[in-house]
Amino acid sequence: MKEYRTISKIAGPLVFVEKTEPIAYGELVNIILADGSTKRGQVLDTSDELVVVQIFETTAGIGRDSGVRFTGETIKMPVGRDMLGRILSGGGKPIDGGPEIVPEKRLDITGAAINPYARGMPADFIQTGISTIDGTNTLVRGQKLPIFSGAGLPHNNVALQIARQAKVPGSTESFAVVFAAMGITKEEANHFMQDFERTGALERAVVFLNLADDPAVERIITPRLALTTAEYLAFELGMHVLVILTDMTNYCEALRQIGAAREEVPGRRGYPGYMYTDLACLYERAGMIKGLKGSVTQIPILTMPGDDITHPIPDLTGYITEGQIVVNRDLHRKGIYPPINVLPSLSRLMNLGIGKGKTREDHKKVSDQMYAGYAEGNDLRGLVAIVGKDALSERDRLLLEFADLFENRFVRQGLDEDRTIEDTLNLGWDLLSTLPVEQLTRIDRDTINKYHPKFRTGAKKE
Amino acid sequence: MEVKTKQSKELKEGVLKRIAGPVVTAVNLDAHMYDVVKVGKEELMGEVIKIQGNDVIIQVYEDTSGIRPGEPVTNTGLSLAVELGPGLLTSIYDGIQRPLAVLVDKMGNFIERGVTAPGLSHEKKWTFKPLVKTGDKIEAGAILGEVQETNIVHKVMLPPKEKPGVVKTIRSGDYTVDEIICILEDGREFPMIQRWPVRVPRPVKEKMNPTIPLITGQRILDGLFPIAKGGTAAIPGPFGSGKTVTQQQLAKWSDAEIVVYIGCGERGNEMTEVLTEFPHLEDPKSGKPLMERTVLIANTSNMPVAAREASVYTGITIAEYFRDMGYDVSLMADSTSRWAEAMREISSRLEEMPGEEGYPAYLAARLSEFYERAGLVKTLNGARGSVTVIGAVSPPGGDFSEPVTQNTLRIVKVFWALDAKLSQRRHFPAINWLNSYSLYLESLHDYYDKEVSPDWNKIRSWAMEVLQKEAELQEIVQLVGSDALPESEQVTIEVARMIREIFLQQNAYDAVDTFCDMKKQYDLMKAIKLFADLAYSAQIAGVSPTQINTVKAKNELPQVKFIKEYKSELAKIEKQMDDEFNALRSAA
Repeated sequence: MKEYRTISKIAGPLVFVEKTEPIAYGELVNIILADGSTKRGQVLDTSDELVVVQIFETTAGIGRDSGVRFTGETIKMPVGRDMLGRILSGGGKPIDGGPEIVPEKRLDITGAAINPYARGMPADFIQTGISTIDGTNTLVRGQKLPIFSGAGLPHNNVALQIARQAKVPGSTESFAVVFAAMGITKEEANHFMQDFERTGALERAVVFLNLADDPAVERIITPRLALTTAEYLAFELGMHVLVILTDMTNYCEALRQIGAAREEVPGRRGYPGYMYTDLACLYERAGMIKGLKGSVTQIPILTMPGDDITHPIPDLTGYITEGQIVVNRDLHRKGIYPPINVLPSLSRLMNLGIGKGKTREDHKKVSDQMYAGYAEGNDLRGLVAIVGKDALSERDRLLLEFADLFENRFVRQGLDEDRTIEDTLNLGWDLLSTLPVEQLTRIDRDTINKYHPKFRTGAKKE
Repeated sequence: MEVKTKQSKELKEGVLKRIAGPVVTAVNLDAHMYDVVKVGKEELMGEVIKIQGNDVIIQVYEDTSGIRPGEPVTNTGLSLAVELGPGLLTSIYDGIQRPLAVLVDKMGNFIERGVTAPGLSHEKKWTFKPLVKTGDKIEAGAILGEVQETNIVHKVMLPPKEKPGVVKTIRSGDYTVDEIICILEDGREFPMIQRWPVRVPRPVKEKMNPTIPLITGQRILDGLFPIAKGGTAAIPGPFGSGKTVTQQQLAKWSDAEIVVYIGCGERGNEMTEVLTEFPHLEDPKSGKPLMERTVLIANTSNMPVAAREASVYTGITIAEYFRDMGYDVSLMADSTSRWAEAMREISSRLEEMPGEEGYPAYLAARLSEFYERAGLVKTLNGARGSVTVIGAVSPPGGDFSEPVTQNTLRIVKVFWALDAKLSQRRHFPAINWLNSYSLYLESLHDYYDKEVSPDWNKIRSWAMEVLQKEAELQEIVQLVGSDALPESEQVTIEVARMIREIFLQQNAYDAVDTFCDMKKQYDLMKAIKLFADLAYSAQIAGVSPTQINTVKAKNELPQVKFIKEYKSELAKIEKQMDDEFNALRSAA
């Protein structure tokens, strides 16, 4: 392999190489330092005169005397069955002291788009044991459902609880977990690792760790390595894979950093104009394929800068993912765990995974009715602050109480409390029964007669 | 015909000079703007978008990883065109009209590159029934004959821009789209297929003003903010406000004969939902699967960005082709923001001077050119056809002041403003009744008068007034509580609530409520009006609002939405309403 010593410029994570033979776009590059160590990069721009290489690590130590080797192929990830239970760096190298991965296959990390025609329709209900997700924002297999959070909120606990409890009722298949950390602190990483070890989840997990002090640019490839692994486990080995990506905000920052180094025209708030496409190329790697057994379900976590949901990162994410779970600071302050605010939360695939034969026939209606009641009750809180409780009508007073009950009984649950969907829906009915029956306009008469605690035949009185 | 228009002169082969993502530069290439070229050894499809001295800048419709400088580039000499003919319906294409089903056969479950696939099947035989005979004089756009494609009759036409001629031979029987079915006296031969460059609107004889509504079965749309056949509408809304569900409801239930649905830079799973659902859903008019009248274009967000830019043009060209047969076509584009972003991405790779928020300066021009391809027209053959364009817009952060929304609003006539607040409280469709508007009310007035009821227009205005009034009153209620309002206004609040919850809310997932015809819309609104009239007169007669709220009949009314044969139930409720009010009044 030919080695060039024609580096003309180094700027941020970019290295400019002159006078090369024709180099392919996207090719993997090794930079050989004076001390013999190598750094990896990828071709971002190629022409007769100049090749621009983006380095995945820090450029410290690279000089004009460094050697450049073009490998002639795009970045490939060695994958194999024995990756389960392993901890890898953000660049895909084992860091748990174990042996190298024995590759069964080497896969391109960019990953091709699934042909929409070949996609299977996500329809299997995943029970997470968390009422605010199962009951009102149901997760299904093959979905990408991010957690929108803020700094200092317990989003990691929510993600861990999902990873721990997620199952498809009535099915014995277990989830494999692929966990990709991008720029999180060592402490946070330990929190995840300890929980994985405590619950034995590590055996069926593949962990990629890019920590806060690891090179920022490496974060660009970490999720791609993770998703390539997940696709391999799902579509070649037939496993149901849950991918947790945290924290996507750090990924986007890295993207912005490279855009700035390339002197690109920036889009909103300095993020590159192609961030939508770039994020889509990650998030869209969730799904199922017709005729294949496995599935990739994604839970990306992002912290919204300043809790602002209109910030480009959550905004673009929300346009790509199939809904979002919003973790809310006010609820957290009230001491409610999990502090999931259902109002801005949404699961777009919910209707595919619920109803008769999947969860229960009354699921959608109960969920809609609770939403309506909680939204109205929540609005009334503003009014009460001004006019006081006494000025409310009877109807409004009940709604206000409903909103409190909803937060304290439906939203609130323990870190290890694993509620079945039956429990969640029955709890919903218990809360709804505090409202007059004629106010349940989202629920038809038959369903009310069958499930409402007041009418349920043979219902036990509390 | 493709072969005939192709330049016979050998075009000089160019050489790749630079590759940077989806935009590449070639040198020494004979090219004109928007020529389709084959890039590299793998012959990836691309389109010329800029010529600068000896440099030709090309946007490539496929991933360019692994392509090197020095590889060849050849020019096809053709512009980006779609194949039009029998076989379009029920198809699912990517942005450049490659059938996705064929791609699965050719390259498996993932989209690889360098694979071409024609838009139409060139093997399948269709039964062609001629409608002209030897000796007939025909002009461009003339209908040569028919093919029963699905339950839709596909009309085979003389392509636009052809000179008039006299039919010498016309064949009847089973042919592929390539076989000649018509020969003219002057020797010109025509198969069923025709090609049309996507960036050029297909010509028509005359554009007319729309006067008939597109009935969608959605109460808030048909009832309050109707769109005309041949009209344009925009649905802007933040994510999670139900844009896609609304688009899909329109694709499912609107009374257009042909539906073209463009999933432009959207979610893969959502397209799958459409692909799985449509074949099983029945067209309320024909009883046949909805898929039989549908052409789907799916270029999901992770498919190449240049193909996303093209997908919108591919879609509208297919829509125009069916319009030329005399059909009412509705086209949904979800989402035009993704299309605009594709333009921005390519523009920035070209290092063009950016306009507002990094979008290219020609954004407004492109948007208006696109929407202007909608319309109610007299086709070249004298028939009446229409293309209705409904574009979804995804404003970043739900901020309507951003360039795509603003430039769209300047063009479209109907605005359905989705509202995240409404969807959060599960008020669906989450269309804000105060911000939305339709500029077709005037031109559709006569239709509603004749086809629905002479008093419909009046009732509509009444409902809008009540909703407007409610918004004003709510501001007061927020401050002092509802008890502080005068009694008549407390009744207004209640009536407005009924309009919102009974008329405006509609359950897309309920088998009955998902589609509501104009008659039922009228009856429902009429029943609410009846309640309002009774309530106001009772209030004047001294019945308190609290008592009015105890009227049981009004709680029964929402159930009517979920009943198919609702008439007797509704009559019963109206009767009960009358009785209860009488009782209240005599007690007062």
